[in-house]
Amino acid sequence: MKIKEKAKVLDAEQIDKSLVRIAHEILENNKDVEDLAIVGIRTRGAILAQRLAAKIGSIKGSLVPVGALDITLYRDDLTTVAEQPVVHKTEIDFDIHESVIVLVDDVLYTGRTIRCALDALIDFGRPKSIQLAVLVDRGHRELPIRADYAGKNIPTSQKETVQVKIKESDGVDEVVVAEKED
Amino acid sequence: MAVAWKRKDLLDLESLSAEEIELILETTGSFKEISQRPIKKVPTLRGQTVVLFFFEPSTRTRTSFELAAKRMSADIVNIQTSASSLTKGETLKDTARNIEAMKVNIIIMRHSCSGAPHMLAGSVSPSIINAGDGSHEHPTQGLLDIFTIKEHKKKIEGLNVSIIGDIAHSRVARSNIWGLTKLGAKVTVCGPATLMPPEVEKLGVKVTYDIKEAIEGADVINMLRIQLERQGQNLFPSIRDYSMAFGLDAGKMKMAKKDVLIMHPGPVNRGVEITPEVADGPYSVILEQVTNGIAVRMAVLYLLSGVKERVE
Repeated sequence: MKIKEKAKVLDAEQIDKSLVRIAHEILENNKDVEDLAIVGIRTRGAILAQRLAAKIGSIKGSLVPVGALDITLYRDDLTTVAEQPVVHKTEIDFDIHESVIVLVDDVLYTGRTIRCALDALIDFGRPKSIQLAVLVDRGHRELPIRADYAGKNIPTSQKETVQVKIKESDGVDEVVVAEKED
Repeated sequence: MAVAWKRKDLLDLESLSAEEIELILETTGSFKEISQRPIKKVPTLRGQTVVLFFFEPSTRTRTSFELAAKRMSADIVNIQTSASSLTKGETLKDTARNIEAMKVNIIIMRHSCSGAPHMLAGSVSPSIINAGDGSHEHPTQGLLDIFTIKEHKKKIEGLNVSIIGDIAHSRVARSNIWGLTKLGAKVTVCGPATLMPPEVEKLGVKVTYDIKEAIEGADVINMLRIQLERQGQNLFPSIRDYSMAFGLDAGKMKMAKKDVLIMHPGPVNRGVEITPEVADGPYSVILEQVTNGIAVRMAVLYLLSGVKERVE
């Protein structure tokens, strides 16, 4: 199966602006929050979480704890996927109990990844609340889940894929919509 | 990671490629954190059944496997061989086929006969994990030893690893030798001639009967348990004699490198193969081995549980 790129929807500058806006929105919504922490979903969500935490930190003038979550062990499709996915490390080295967690992922699609992430997070303790920030919301939800902060809403068809590329893992910052060709 | 896990069973390290061993080690690193959480459980093996089938006594390995499976939410059944129908004359294969008929997913097995898990692996559909077969292999012990070494030394390739003691009867030694040499370590085995298997150098190891040679320059020293139950076979003159020649004590440690790691698969015969001051000393990682054992076994359970094609 080949994948054909159709359109670039965000470039490096737009990605950065989206993150800056999300950072301001998070601070606006959590004005008096002492225990704010950012947790990104591996792989790209974790990188975006690092950037977001740095932006919030520089606006606020203090460090924001940031962690990375691997949701593989919580997936609901392990018995059906062809090959066992590689498990990566979960790194949350702060206490999430009674804190406000902003969960970060690159693309919000069916909502199943977020369901896994909520279960995984709650195994670490009981946060006061969990909010969701995504770079791209492409619709087609299969679970009652929504984003509190979205960089961009991109209406897509089920045949299309949204590819978020991040410098740290893909060498370039951009978001493209592509289509699968049979 | 280039390689994906395809095997139904984990029977030995001899048949694994270096890439497969690396995949298990990498996966182990991700699982280690789970045992440090306040809630030590992930839902991955929910609804899967794991049978622990131990024909030989074991505390560490059985507890470690049981905790690994429980922390992944599997259901566990323990079969005590003394209370099983094997005492009524049922063959091993028949018992296993009956367990298979109860739709279990993974059988973890320890047996005094070398090759017993291999025989079952070919005749039943659940995954078989070898938890020690005779004096053949103990693959998860080999893997946890290698993982522990890699955590400290950051690599395996080029390291000098000495395994000292009863090489002939040790499945731990064999799994370590296979795994370490595949990953590029230089392995030396050392022990009295009566406890050295013939032609052991064909496994790609250096053989010495002088403990000084095994200690000097070693990055890792793995002390094996002297199986006291074999003392009746006159393999060495006396425990005291053995201890003088091949036991690791503070005096002999003076010959060791400053950053040497001291390992032991347990159970330790304190004062025989290793003195308490060395076993509990600053170079010892013996208890870390035990901690890492759970993560290794979780990784193996995870990888095997993903195998979809089964022989019927």
